[in-house]
Amino acid sequence: MDKPNSSFGSNISKEELEKLEKQSEEEAAPSATRIMWNEFKANKPALISLILIAVFILFVMIASMFINVPNMMQTNIMNYYAQPFSANFWLGADAGGRSIAQQLIVGSRNSIGIAIGLTIISSSFGIAYGLISGYYGGLVDLAMQRVYDFFMIIPYLMTVIVIVTIIPHYNAVTLTLILSLFYWMGTSRLIRSRALAESQKDYVAASKTIGTRDLKIIFGSIMPNISSLIIVDTTLSFAENIGVETGLSFLGFGLPLGTPSLGTLIANANDPENITQYWWTWFPAALEIIVLCLSISYIGQVIRRTADSSQRVSDKNKQ
Amino acid sequence: MWKTIFRRILIMIPELIILSLIVFILAKAMPGDPFTGSINPRSNPAQIHHLMQVNGLYDPWYQQYWNWVVHLFHGDLGTSYEYQEPVTTLLMQRGANTLWLGIFIVIMMYVIGLPLGIYAGRHENKLPDHIIRAYTYITMAIPLFVVLVIGIWIFAYGLNLFPTSGSISPTANGFWPSVFSRFYHIALPGMLVALFSTVNIVQYLRSEVIDAKHSDYVKTARAKGVPMKEIYRHHIFRNSLLPIAAFAGYSITGVLDGQIFAEMIFSYPGMGLLFLNAINYRDYTVITVLVLIFGFLNLMGTLLSDIILAVVDPRVRVE
Repeated sequence: MDKPNSSFGSNISKEELEKLEKQSEEEAAPSATRIMWNEFKANKPALISLILIAVFILFVMIASMFINVPNMMQTNIMNYYAQPFSANFWLGADAGGRSIAQQLIVGSRNSIGIAIGLTIISSSFGIAYGLISGYYGGLVDLAMQRVYDFFMIIPYLMTVIVIVTIIPHYNAVTLTLILSLFYWMGTSRLIRSRALAESQKDYVAASKTIGTRDLKIIFGSIMPNISSLIIVDTTLSFAENIGVETGLSFLGFGLPLGTPSLGTLIANANDPENITQYWWTWFPAALEIIVLCLSISYIGQVIRRTADSSQRVSDKNKQ
Repeated sequence: MWKTIFRRILIMIPELIILSLIVFILAKAMPGDPFTGSINPRSNPAQIHHLMQVNGLYDPWYQQYWNWVVHLFHGDLGTSYEYQEPVTTLLMQRGANTLWLGIFIVIMMYVIGLPLGIYAGRHENKLPDHIIRAYTYITMAIPLFVVLVIGIWIFAYGLNLFPTSGSISPTANGFWPSVFSRFYHIALPGMLVALFSTVNIVQYLRSEVIDAKHSDYVKTARAKGVPMKEIYRHHIFRNSLLPIAAFAGYSITGVLDGQIFAEMIFSYPGMGLLFLNAINYRDYTVITVLVLIFGFLNLMGTLLSDIILAVVDPRVRVE
């Protein structure tokens, strides 16, 4: 092994070797992150929505630190339905004289925070579940799919509501964990079908022959190979998960009372008086959810296109 | 094929048992008991103990579960503590309302989804296709409850085109006026839910049509001289119709969840609204039965879909 290599290497100078290495790097297919970045550079609307979302999330996280939440949630009858676009109340106030703008900022932080947490937990679980189920196949797959089937028939919205009413004291973290129980199935199904196809490929067989441990093959070889699918799915579930907590809070079973969420703000619309006369109590939150979900899902669609080389915009511009 | 169906039904039984157990335990774990609501300063504690004893609330949980299952098979679902009515009577009234809304939603989903999916597939990568795909992305991203709130705001409160609550107007007498009144009440929520739930149908049908366009049987038909229009109507559409019909079963979960929001926002007296009220009143019997019914409907839906798919696609069958 050693001999031909050393004799061969002696013929090539160090500079030449570096040059060759550089050349081969240029010719090789660009990495997934590189492709993604190129795609975003080529697709201006996607880049703008990406920056907008990043800035918005940062703003909400930082601004909410300066807001005293218990103070904000205190009823002040003097500001009863204060009009929007005034100096103290940019977006007016609700029936309790609470500033809508402040509630919106804190509510966005809570809702986005929960959506991020839910996405991380449920997607990680779904990915691991799908990978293991698809890789092993056979009896393991059969058993895991039965569990999956069972979770699919559970009416999860109702079950989450029942669980939330049972638990006496819960907060954002417990709520996220409860929700994660019921929102991993979509991801696991998608990943499983890909892992099933991937596990039949030669590189997996080769790894197995060398004696690589199963877990190392699953998370070291298969997972990186389907990473683009994972990124797309995670982005899209993030957009979806924003609707999960806000929807639950809207029904009155999400975040505990006194903790503003985008959902509780929209729930103001359940009062016929609010919905007809005081649009500012609920409409800004509704609009924010729509814009947020649309831009995140748009970003997800762009990433999906990068995964499919025939649909890349950046390549088309080059030609 | 019968083997597949038989096996599928066998799998259903343990799923149903586990579901009923989970639902029962959850309902039992709820804080408070059904009589706390009717306690007043003059009520006798001994009498309440007696009521609890008569209703079997002091029995061990497995005993209560067993009693409940036995009663269930006798068609006795218990009495609602809040409404003081047998649950079966309640379900008859509310269930019919939910059924109307649900059927309307599913029909509208197909009425909207089928032509859009075929049209998009037929004009792949042309302007109509892009517009239809944009429509599916948008409807997929925006949470349903936000759409419903904005819908009721614009069309019911703002433009006064549709009623804002109820299932039938009290002045509707006679057959046709009451049918019309019912339809009038479900039109807006039903249309909104349907418009925002077509994404699966459209995307599936689109890719199906695109695949079929390049298949051999279409080439043969064209070579015979069949006009394209006929090919779409008699070959492609027919081939993709059954799998698309099978989706109706799978979509039940989504439709039922959407219906809870729709019924709450439009104060439509269906099972979803009944559930939310029952949660607030800790009405165990109603909660248990409703979650079980929704789970059972999901189960029947997937069963139906699986059977249709097994009939259509021989690869799914177990030999």
